[in-house]
Amino acid sequence: MNLQDSKIKSVSNREAAKSTAPDGRFHLAISEELITQCMHCGLCLSVCPTYALTGLERSSPRGRIRLMKSVMDGTIPVTGTFEYEMNFCLDCQACQTACPAGVKYGELVEAAREYIQVNKKGFKLKRLLLKNFFMGRSGLRAVATVLRFYQKIGLEKVVIFLSRIVPIGILKRARLLPQLSDKFAIDVLPEMVEPKSAERGKVAVLTGCVMDAMFAEANLDTVDVLRENGWRVAVPHEQVCCGSVNGHAGDNETARTLAMKNIEVFENTGAQYYVVNSAGCSAFMKEYDKLLADNPEYSERAKRFSTRVKEFSEFIHETGYRKPKAKFGSTVTYHEACHLVHTQKISAQPREIVKDLAGDNYRELNEATWCCGSAGIYNVVHYDEAAKLLDRKLDNINKCGAHTVITGNPGCLAQIAAGAKNDGMDMDVIHLATALNRLYKTEK
Amino acid sequence: MITDGVKKKLREIFGKSNYLDSTEDRIAYSYDGTALLSSMPDAIVIPSSVEHISRLMKLANDAKFAVIPRGSGSGLSGGSIPSENSVVLLMSRWDKVIELDRNNLTAWVEPGAITGKFQTLVESHGLFYPPDPGSSQICTLGGNVAENAGGLRGLKYGVTKNYVLGFEVVLASGEVMRIGGKNMKDVAGYNLKDVLIGSEGTLGIFTKILLKLIPLPQTGRTLLAFYDSIAGAAETVSAITAARIMPAMLEFLDNATIRAVEDFAHLGLDKETGAILLVEVDGPRSAVEEDASAIEAICVKSGAKSVRLANDEAEGTKLKSARKSAFSALARIRPTTILEDATVPRSELATMVDFINVTAKKHDIEIGTFGHAGDGNLHPTGLTNERDHAEIARIESAFEEIFRKAVDLGGTITGEHGVGLAKKKFMESLYDTPFIKMMKKTKEMLDPNCVLNPGKIISVAPRCEGALPKSREQIEKLTSQMENPSEAYF
Ligand SMILES: Cc1cc2nc3c(=O)[nH]c(=O)nc-3n(C[C@H](O)[C@H](O)[C@H](O)COP(=O)(O)OP(=O)(O)OC[C@H]3O[C@@H](n4cnc5c(N)ncnc54)[C@H](O)[C@@H]3O)c2cc1C
Ligand code: SF4
Ligand code: SF4
Repeated sequence: MNLQDSKIKSVSNREAAKSTAPDGRFHLAISEELITQCMHCGLCLSVCPTYALTGLERSSPRGRIRLMKSVMDGTIPVTGTFEYEMNFCLDCQACQTACPAGVKYGELVEAAREYIQVNKKGFKLKRLLLKNFFMGRSGLRAVATVLRFYQKIGLEKVVIFLSRIVPIGILKRARLLPQLSDKFAIDVLPEMVEPKSAERGKVAVLTGCVMDAMFAEANLDTVDVLRENGWRVAVPHEQVCCGSVNGHAGDNETARTLAMKNIEVFENTGAQYYVVNSAGCSAFMKEYDKLLADNPEYSERAKRFSTRVKEFSEFIHETGYRKPKAKFGSTVTYHEACHLVHTQKISAQPREIVKDLAGDNYRELNEATWCCGSAGIYNVVHYDEAAKLLDRKLDNINKCGAHTVITGNPGCLAQIAAGAKNDGMDMDVIHLATALNRLYKTEK
Repeated sequence: MITDGVKKKLREIFGKSNYLDSTEDRIAYSYDGTALLSSMPDAIVIPSSVEHISRLMKLANDAKFAVIPRGSGSGLSGGSIPSENSVVLLMSRWDKVIELDRNNLTAWVEPGAITGKFQTLVESHGLFYPPDPGSSQICTLGGNVAENAGGLRGLKYGVTKNYVLGFEVVLASGEVMRIGGKNMKDVAGYNLKDVLIGSEGTLGIFTKILLKLIPLPQTGRTLLAFYDSIAGAAETVSAITAARIMPAMLEFLDNATIRAVEDFAHLGLDKETGAILLVEVDGPRSAVEEDASAIEAICVKSGAKSVRLANDEAEGTKLKSARKSAFSALARIRPTTILEDATVPRSELATMVDFINVTAKKHDIEIGTFGHAGDGNLHPTGLTNERDHAEIARIESAFEEIFRKAVDLGGTITGEHGVGLAKKKFMESLYDTPFIKMMKKTKEMLDPNCVLNPGKIISVAPRCEGALPKSREQIEKLTSQMENPSEAYF
């Protein structure tokens, strides 16, 4: 989910994205430099979940890049198969971690998806709906309300209708959801909470849309852990969605509006750091500087904003946290969210913390960096494939014998918990902040 | 192009879902890991049984089309790149380890099993399969046998062929042949096993492979030595050999590579360092300690500026990271990376590296060299951009000079990547005529219709493989003839 130059250019330049070659064909607006960086060595194949599913080169990073190259060169037009493969990709970016040549695959696939979107009928309508959905807090409420409503009535049709509008897989997944939060953390928490130990400074937290709708508890725990460690915590009530949902759907215009609003709101808190406990949101907010690079009024502010964004585990690891006296009484493992390990390269920090909390009860998870199959819209469009990836994940968890699975992204929390429940497994899937706070609570 | 009749028969043999011929699939099997070369097959087939492969070969002989065996497509000499009028035979789904025999220390594997996964599996049983190509995470054991792949541990442990006890293979005629077995000694008949190993898919298709395993060494110790010039490193290599020590790993990086590694990985290396040697010894604990201190002394005596000896495994891993990131560091610099494997007797190491640097300068191109100092297997890595045709031409002439020099020094054009298409043109000019003749005769006899991976390694006369893939331009021409543009979206 890197919002880097090439992508932004292609967005702000919709017309360019639609440009035609002399032969009348459309061309993919990806920078040639980015795509020729791939030397087709194949080293990325070993980590790609979709390649593992089909065993076909076209569903591998290398194959997809070659298809993009072919579309870019105008050798083939955009076909149904091309669109399918671009969307079949999880955008988990495991390939980016494995690539020796530093190919920015995430940028490539996002540009390709956007190109398909922009050129497709119905894009405008979808964008309009999305925009209204996620703008402002009413949008956040709407998501949660819809989720709750859906869970209550269990109507498949609602999901199908909504999935056309809102590209989030959680709608379908809601069928399996353990439980939605009854309340939003943002409604429960005041705008500013005091530290519980000697004050070290002030931070502001993003409560997030999905996180707050489904895992309000994780938000409350995040605030608690920060307070325990001497941070005064601002919970700005005016905050909006980070914009990643829109950005992913190819609507960077709305993403920019949301980003500007958040910059405004977070600046007003006067906090030194903005702590974000959802991997997807922190990854996106760290890229606000690139998103707003061309905006004279906001570019400098966005730069400052991005440097202040810290992912939760990254933050407490860097600034130091009080180690709880107790350790976990049951076996624990750590699942690495794609947006943490692959997008933000945050891996050692949370592992170290989890190992510390678990002590002798820590169990290493095989393929810990493999996508669990949640990946946004993924489990709606590719339900069966997502289910297979989830099975693979659950199988690995089973084999490592852990009772508690700790991770750092709402999508993963929902996916793994839902899968475990469905399979009748006795498993506790929790956010790292919750894990830490549970141990703090035992001291009381 | 294969005919519709052939397509129909292929669908009958393999089943609809295991027969692919969409333009997208054909594009996705038009390349392997080799720079600059690509060409589309007419179709791709996925076999479910040995019989499928047998029938395919018979059909290929009848209908005269080429069959291109393919593992994971990580090859660096173009071995699995399709030729004209061809069908790709995909072996990567045959990925099982059939049997692990702990009494005989052998394993039966399917050819699509991934080398790295297989190694992890046997190591969990305290056993060891040493050949470790840099691509081990993705390459297949079948591809390894077909290329006789090497790796970092070649000096002490040898290469793939030293671990192949036997196999089941489908010949070009479609006949199935079994050869070898669990015996450590077997001299019944010609040693045809070794003719097939390294045949790059031109003489037979491996369908089952019997591998030899050895006990996992007890422990290892890593050491890193820094030199002002490659000469000191080369001297160390000779001195270690003279002292009759056999390190498991004896790797080097030249100055250009060191600079790239430092820029990329920030390990705190001095960018003026002329060469780095990475040495690893393994075996029983007491022997390892002894060898490590002996090597440390040799490094210092041969002019190392400094030597770092790892105290434990974690530190060893750290020391290895410079060598480990060599390829990644170089690959990032320019879009196109040409990884070569010219090889010389280890006594010629310094001469060869110096020659490579002079040649790179002369042609105004970038080459970083690293590789297996212990066995003289160098990886001069050319950094360029495939879209800059002038530079590509310069880099090609430079490599031509480098290969000639390697052969002049008593070395070879390829130590482990194979000849395939990429180095074919050097075969006839640099090797003995009787050798080339014998190869051609062997190929003609075993594959009279030239249907199995034609045009790789050598051309048999009269040339039978049709047009061979050359460059990107060619694939562009081919793909623009896409048959059903109606599938297009907009
Ligand atoms: C980054 C990188 C590092 C590498 N490092 C090394 C190294 O250190 N040492 C080394 O030796 N190589 C190395 N290689 C080269 C390559 O990985 C090896 O040649 C490997 O053996 C190829 O395996 P594959 O499964 O990818 O085969 P492919 O590339 O698919 O095929 C290679 C050849 O084998 C034939 N083949 C494949 N399967 C079969 C079969 N079942 N029966 C008959 N023929 C078959 C093909 O026709 C082709 O000619 C490296 C490659 C890369 C990209
Ligand atoms: S994306 Fe990277 S790892 Fe994958 S084939 Fe291209 S260069 Fe190799
Ligand atoms: S992002 Fe994930 S699913 Fe997509 S190509 Fe890369 S590894 Fe495969």
